Amino acid sequence: MSSPKYPRLDTLAVHAGQSPDPTTGARAVPIYQTASFVFPDTETAASLFNLERTGHVYSRISNPTLSVFEERMSALEGAPAAIATASGQAALHLAIATLMGAGSHIVASNALYGGSHNLLSYTLPRFGIETTFVNGRDLDAWKKAIRPNTRLVFGETVGNPGLDVLNVPAVADLAHNAGLPLMVDATLTTPFLSRPITQGADIVMHSATKFLSGHGVVIGGVLIDGGTFDWERSGKFPTLTEPYDGFHGMVMSEESSVAAFALRARREGLRDFGAAMAPMTAFQILQGLETLHVRMPRHVENTRKIAQFLSLNKAVAHVTYPELASHPDHELTKQLLPDGAGAVISFDLKGGSGNAKDAGRIFIEKLSLFSHLANIGDAKSLVIHPASTTHFRMDADALKAAGISEGTIRLSIGIEHADDLMEDLSKALYAAGKAAGA
Amino acid sequence: MRFLVQQQPAYVYTGGKKFDASKPSVLFIHGTANDHSVWTLQARYFAHHGWNALAPDLPGHGKSFGDAKVSIAANTDWLMNLLDNGNIASAALVGHSMGSLVALDATARYRSRVSQIALIGASVPMPVSDTLMDAALNRPNDAMDMLNIWGHAPQLKWGRNATPGTSTMMAGARSLAQSRPGVMAKDLTACRAFEMDDATLAAIAIPILIVAGSNDLLTPAKAAKALAARLANVTMITLPEAGHSMMQEAPGKVLDALKGFLLP
Ligand SMILES: Cc1ncc(COP(=O)(O)O)c(C=O)c1O
Repeated sequence: MSSPKYPRLDTLAVHAGQSPDPTTGARAVPIYQTASFVFPDTETAASLFNLERTGHVYSRISNPTLSVFEERMSALEGAPAAIATASGQAALHLAIATLMGAGSHIVASNALYGGSHNLLSYTLPRFGIETTFVNGRDLDAWKKAIRPNTRLVFGETVGNPGLDVLNVPAVADLAHNAGLPLMVDATLTTPFLSRPITQGADIVMHSATKFLSGHGVVIGGVLIDGGTFDWERSGKFPTLTEPYDGFHGMVMSEESSVAAFALRARREGLRDFGAAMAPMTAFQILQGLETLHVRMPRHVENTRKIAQFLSLNKAVAHVTYPELASHPDHELTKQLLPDGAGAVISFDLKGGSGNAKDAGRIFIEKLSLFSHLANIGDAKSLVIHPASTTHFRMDADALKAAGISEGTIRLSIGIEHADDLMEDLSKALYAAGKAAGA
Repeated sequence: MRFLVQQQPAYVYTGGKKFDASKPSVLFIHGTANDHSVWTLQARYFAHHGWNALAPDLPGHGKSFGDAKVSIAANTDWLMNLLDNGNIASAALVGHSMGSLVALDATARYRSRVSQIALIGASVPMPVSDTLMDAALNRPNDAMDMLNIWGHAPQLKWGRNATPGTSTMMAGARSLAQSRPGVMAKDLTACRAFEMDDATLAAIAIPILIVAGSNDLLTPAKAAKALAARLANVTMITLPEAGHSMMQEAPGKVLDALKGFLLP
């Protein structure tokens, strides 16, 4: 007998988590638009509440449409369990609230999505959770920032919008040496460009709003438990290794050897914080997931062309894309992201005699195919000026640390024809260049 | 909770209830390179319905100390020492795969300690192919893939996960990956070497339940049926569609089968 094989990712993207509905024969994933599920009898009801039986009770905790999405993401990431959340932000909050409480500390890359930075930098301190931000490229800085009360190490596979590439294996090693898990936000890469759990990460989160759903129609998130971290050996995670009064003294790490984190996050976090995904949202993300493996290569192909195109344009001072030889993480990208570094790319306009901010404004206004909006990961190409929008709360130093300048423009490259995209960019760059006197 | 077994700390999952020697006990015995967590759903049920549910991590497995045993008999001896140290005169034994062989062995060698046995994913003998054995010894990652993929019904690759939000296949893969180096090969060696002759099987007088999965690729329902034919006081239940990892694939149906068997 030859060795059996797991299904390939492309097939999992289309099928994992669902087989045709046994009662109706429906081939597509049904949308279970229901708040609750009828108990067959009182004994089963009690057993469901006490985790003696599995099943759905109430859609804040689980729902069959969400389960398909969760199980598909588990399969794609090679992980035991996943939890769908109301948004990417909800996934990040759920992870943190599951792992720690007041008095705890996080070490995070300084090249984070602005919303994550907001939560860590401004909001969580009010709840007693502090974060030290480090230059993600400086492995020593990660190590030095770890304190006795640190409970999580966090970065993005590719930072939005600075486009730093996280050295997942190296940061995972140093986190593990300190008895800490590494959580990675893999929104920009998706499982088709990077599977962080296979590279050493323990927890993965995505904003499913982006490439996973892929069409800019929903807000959603997902939190994935890789099952790789030994909570008991670490000894730093009482929420996972000590009796939980909120569930009759359940000890998560005894209840589940491979998904204690997901168990607590669902049983406490979804129950109490309630940031659950809507069934319709899960359905829409699933439609996107079914073509993710087809879309991502096209996103990357277009992005590569545009990176070259921008690099040669006179109005452009600098292009940031991890695959470019000029990018500091160029070598790391070859090693960790051989299939592409995603479809987010940024560049700086030449300021010339005018100011970079004005050139940026003119550039954005002259675009007609690119949509000016705050999002990434749409089939349509998108553009934004982070310093005045997503990252406007950051001062100049924080902006610099996140790899952004006043004149940085961020593009999210869609799956249109690359030539049409380049024509659109050409016209806008010409206008911006003229305005800047370049 | 922790028990001292053969002078070493052993972890025993008790289904969310404290151990109470005055209650009847049911001992859940896991299979190759697994641990107690394969039983949590069923054990929780019995623990909350008047029983001591004891699901130990066998030595060398999960949170238990010691080296994995290389024979079924050595595992049985270890479990009987666990009963001794818990002052449990006799218990119902529920075994999965390798654990089912331990339960059978206990009926023959520790007759007075066993009130009834449930065998889940069982066959006697329990053949382990040369390919799998060789992989377990020399290419453990390949062996884990074989055990995990053959250890689940084929349709589990696509869906039908019983626990919402959980990929049963990926959880199985992760669980095998957590087993300590060499443990899988020892367990498979123990399974492969186990024998029980017709006379011994036929002489087991206590009630026996066999639960088989119609999609079990490791211990096919056919083999379970053949085993049932050699036993006296036996009931057999075949779960439609279930593969070898029945307690995860069809937890409710396994529980129903056990309830029907163990509850008065
Ligand atoms: C990298 C990254 N993480 C997290 C988020 C937050 O996700 P959501 O907007 O779905 O809450 C975003 C959204 O832009 C993002 O780009």
